[in-house]
Amino acid sequence: MNPLAQFRQTYFEECAGLLEEMQAGLEALADGAGDDETLHAVFRCVHSIKGGAGVFGFDALVAFSHLFESLLDQLRDHRVPPNRDVLQVLLHAGDALADIVAAARDDATLPEDFAADVTQSLRALLEGTSAATPAPHTPHPTEASQPGERHRYRIVFTPRTELLERANEPLLLIRQLQRLGDLAVAADTSRLPRLDVMEPEAAYLKWIFTLDTGAAEGSIRDVFEFVEDDCDLTIERVAPASTDAAVAVEAAPPPKGTGEAPIAHTVLAQSIRVDVEKLDRLVNLVGEMVITQAMLTEESQTLPTDRYPSLIKGIEALAQNARELQDSVMAIRAQPVKSVFARMPRVVRDLAASLGKEARIVMTGETTEIDKTVIEQLNDPLTHMIRNALDHGIEPPEERVKAGKLRVGTIHLAAAQRSGRIIIEVSDDGRGIDRDKVLAKARERGLVAPGTQPGDDEIDNLIFLPAFSTAETISNISGRGVGMDVVKRNVQSLGGRIDVTSKFGSGSRFVMSLPLTLAVLDGMVVSVGRQTYIVPLTAIIESLRPKAADIHRVVGRGDVLALRGEYVPLTYLHRCFAIDQAITDPCRGIVTIVQSEGAGRVGLVIDQLLGQQQVVVKSLEANYERVEGISGATILGNGRVALILDVARLNESANGSRSAPANEWFDADALVTA
Amino acid sequence: MAKRILTVDDSKTMRDMVSYTLRKAGFEVNEAEDGKKALAVLAGGRFDLVITDLNMPVMDGITLIRNVRAGSQHRGVPILILTTEADGVKKAEGKAAGATGWLVKPFSPDKLVDVVQRVCP
Repeated sequence: MNPLAQFRQTYFEECAGLLEEMQAGLEALADGAGDDETLHAVFRCVHSIKGGAGVFGFDALVAFSHLFESLLDQLRDHRVPPNRDVLQVLLHAGDALADIVAAARDDATLPEDFAADVTQSLRALLEGTSAATPAPHTPHPTEASQPGERHRYRIVFTPRTELLERANEPLLLIRQLQRLGDLAVAADTSRLPRLDVMEPEAAYLKWIFTLDTGAAEGSIRDVFEFVEDDCDLTIERVAPASTDAAVAVEAAPPPKGTGEAPIAHTVLAQSIRVDVEKLDRLVNLVGEMVITQAMLTEESQTLPTDRYPSLIKGIEALAQNARELQDSVMAIRAQPVKSVFARMPRVVRDLAASLGKEARIVMTGETTEIDKTVIEQLNDPLTHMIRNALDHGIEPPEERVKAGKLRVGTIHLAAAQRSGRIIIEVSDDGRGIDRDKVLAKARERGLVAPGTQPGDDEIDNLIFLPAFSTAETISNISGRGVGMDVVKRNVQSLGGRIDVTSKFGSGSRFVMSLPLTLAVLDGMVVSVGRQTYIVPLTAIIESLRPKAADIHRVVGRGDVLALRGEYVPLTYLHRCFAIDQAITDPCRGIVTIVQSEGAGRVGLVIDQLLGQQQVVVKSLEANYERVEGISGATILGNGRVALILDVARLNESANGSRSAPANEWFDADALVTA
Repeated sequence: MAKRILTVDDSKTMRDMVSYTLRKAGFEVNEAEDGKKALAVLAGGRFDLVITDLNMPVMDGITLIRNVRAGSQHRGVPILILTTEADGVKKAEGKAAGATGWLVKPFSPDKLVDVVQRVCP
């Protein structure tokens, strides 16, 4: 087995990066934003992919990337014009290359006619330049030395004066020749000049070798492979008896084997690749450590400062270090949003083409970094928003011209970090939200009570309601009303918020605010009976102890709390999770008002608030099983497991099947093993 | 003392493979990912051989070779270029810039060690 096969993994990891860079470059070229350096970069990517592919014997990949690379090379040399058709072929070739890489990675066999049309186009373009591409050079097997008869060769080797300048060393050539057989060497010093005119770096000696060998003449020529342009060389077979050697000198002995001695080596790489699992583990551990440290800090506050001054100082220092450590570790796992943004130009181009619209995308803040857990979840909502902007926002070119706008619509995608959260904006210069139309539709569907007049913001935000679509002809692009409500749900499940502001006739702006990570969460620790729960802080609006007069029972809808003229439905956590010994009267416990999707605000009835804390989120699904109304679990400073409430789902189950025991009895302590 | 080799390639896969193979053969190997970084590494120590890719960002292989040959410290160091196929143009270009020899990708570990030992025993 090829010992280099162990680098397969590295190769495919590298390919992923190269493909991404290549796609970005191709996009830029297609948009007219690329320059020569972009083209060079794309070439290098394809070139590197091909280079590695050969080592692992991915023949299809080598063949295709070779064709692709050849066309790119022609483009670099301006032998092929970078016109629309050519760029289209390049984009398709990029896609095909990604598929072929994926197939190689998964050991999948592609059908014989895979990407036949792209291959055909590439070939056609290349033939047009009459630069027939040589087939990729397959390594020829090293010439087997024929154990046939031995011959005597006379070799005259006359270096040109510049041979030494390229660090070729005649002595090494002589040693190689010696390995082929019995060698006699004669040095001809006649070209040596007088010392006063001698160039110290020029080659003046020439040699005449007599070699008795069983090796073919080709093997002898191979020895001189690197110097054939820097010397005059004659190799001829002679009769065994003849010898021209004037002075036979013993050639230097072959080099000693350097052996397997352990050697120190300096690694100069500026970055290293680390398995994501290891990173995740590190993030988890640091999270745990921060929690333990928080607990220690809390405990230490009960100690008299004067009796344990250094202990308390130490704990304070620990708190600082722990926080910095956590930030650093989170930074390791952070990735620029570029990886997601980079896919969007493609979305815009493809969709604009199929809608008959013209649009371009402008991106800013691509280098903003977010934790990979968030990045992974960002693609769907972002794609959906971009599609929505193109489908519903940007007008057809004629309509835009009539409205006095540029034919080409602009979608602006921006990312920025603001006060510990990431803000992502998608804005367009399209037609904006038609509030009259939205309101009419909302009334028609009973989403707005008759007789009420919502404010502009409220109307704009109606588009996030489930099953709301104003597209006159429902297209299969933004979907059948499964549009912005899905986006909102996605964003909320990430612990984020989304809002829209719009000006009719001149465009809309969607602003998403997301946490920087999903691994830790700022939570409110609350108690219900003996149980402790975490309510995500981002969901909480306020907490209060209501008066008895404010609690009303509504038939069929349960209890509601009258709060500043609004009725907020109450959800009793002790009922949701069948907890006994809990406070059942909201007037003696606490009502925490949380923002929930769909139904708006909900009041959670709990016993008491225990305090605010940053918690490390553990998946319940991975460690136990999915539980309705719970989004995860965490371990508190005291070692007990606390469940993190999924506020949105709680509401659903409370409204949906209040009577059904959907909220099975669940004891978090049962999760603590040994 | 083990010979020191600098391998210059923007592809980590390629650097890894070259390093691994040569270290196993008893060489000491350092890495650089482009010509510019390679020059910085060369300035910081003595090397017995440079193996360089030609297509690299920032500074390509040809420019690297010219710079090395134009300098004083490593002007006599053997330099092998890595080419993807038996491309005469690239070889000639490399040779003209001052390359000692070449290595055709993809290479087998044996071939790599063999070529390296030809110029750097």
